[in-house]
Amino acid sequence: MPRIVFTNHLQRHLDCPPQTVEATTVRAALEQAFAANGAVRDYIVDERFRLRKHITLFVDGRTLADREMLSDPLTPESEIYVMQALSGG
Amino acid sequence: MSERLYVSTRKGLVTLARTHAAEQPWRVEKIDFLGDPVNLFLRDPRDGTQYAALNLGHFGPKLRRSDDDGQTWQDLPLPAYPEDTFIYANPMAPAESEKGKQHTAVLMEIWALETGGANEPGTIWAGTIPGALFRSDDRGSSWRMIRTLWDRPERQHWFGGGKDEAGLHSICVDPRDAKHVSVALSCGGVWQTRDAGETWTCTAAGMRAAYMPPELQFDPNVQDPHRMVQCPTQPDALWVQHHNGIFRSFDGAQQWEECVDVQPSGFGFAVAVHPTDPLTAWFVPGKKDEFRYPVDGKFVVTRTRDGGRSFETLTNGLPQSHAYDLVYRHALDVDATGNRLAMGSTTGGVWTTDDAGETWTELEARLPPVYAVRFA
Repeated sequence: MPRIVFTNHLQRHLDCPPQTVEATTVRAALEQAFAANGAVRDYIVDERFRLRKHITLFVDGRTLADREMLSDPLTPESEIYVMQALSGG
Repeated sequence: MSERLYVSTRKGLVTLARTHAAEQPWRVEKIDFLGDPVNLFLRDPRDGTQYAALNLGHFGPKLRRSDDDGQTWQDLPLPAYPEDTFIYANPMAPAESEKGKQHTAVLMEIWALETGGANEPGTIWAGTIPGALFRSDDRGSSWRMIRTLWDRPERQHWFGGGKDEAGLHSICVDPRDAKHVSVALSCGGVWQTRDAGETWTCTAAGMRAAYMPPELQFDPNVQDPHRMVQCPTQPDALWVQHHNGIFRSFDGAQQWEECVDVQPSGFGFAVAVHPTDPLTAWFVPGKKDEFRYPVDGKFVVTRTRDGGRSFETLTNGLPQSHAYDLVYRHALDVDATGNRLAMGSTTGGVWTTDDAGETWTELEARLPPVYAVRFA
């Protein structure tokens, strides 16, 4: 199953260990992750479920292609890394 | 006399304390959220609850609450913009067809936090960027946007002043009647409700916006009040530090009058009004418009004690050479006595006074840039 790993910097604010999810897109994976750990949602997306401007996602080592709809496909072995973008902050 | 002063800074919430009499210096008691930007702090005098608004660089705005005097904090739900709220790309265009594309509104920053009336325990008001007003009746555990203000057609013309979007930064709840709430926006003028938000009236008549074309300079809806405060014991007296100068109203904001010939400058962000003397108010001037540093590098406070007819320049204890401190709109406060004031600057200076500004004492600490100060 795909795995989501959150940047260590988030651990300073809340507990967010890696999660495994059953999902075929990044959006579905995040929805599942937030359902399991609701506190993390506001840190990653805004109220319209859009990635915060200074958050970046890597899927299997590649930068997320679709920041708007989060439609990047996942395989059962995919790993999603939720990171701080180097811009801003 | 207040015992604590809360300083919201670029790198955390600094609590200053003074344990004995006024001759004792303020000292740093503790720092919460060290390393994180804290833009506002509120302590609810009705129940002791503390609130802190943060704006994390990567992880967005946050609102946290403490029920144990700041020992522990918990994240609260954020004020959220409903799905059908939009902002035009060109809000100042007069015609609908010229306003360009719309983009969805999302919370960028909590820019005002105030308690509701004494008879409204648990009620908290929040002003936000993009310019909107939210209300919570359960100590911030849930929020609702005041749609009656957002849905006013004039709102579509509001625009950002220094920020990318318009922002609501001042909320004055009338101590006589908590249903009477006055708010101020950069840039959207002054708005009031007398029925707890069911209806709203723009009450910025008399303000002047020199940054607009001549035919629009007195349009109440384009005004840029940087900060509005209300005299708590005489609530019909309001003061505004406006982008164009200092304005006062003694009739509940039905009409505003500009204070003229204010030296060294009428430009600034912060204003504080005496709690019992509506004719006395303090300001921290800067060189207009885009320069925004003390005139000639001399850091001063201006004070009027006659309702704005004249102003004194207060300098005792303030740096008078090569000072480039700017005091943001929430970074000047006065306590309930009217004698004690505090201010914090963009370069991390904090000054306090116990004699209404005659003499100032600088905190013996170099703090991060200061966004807000509050006695509590």
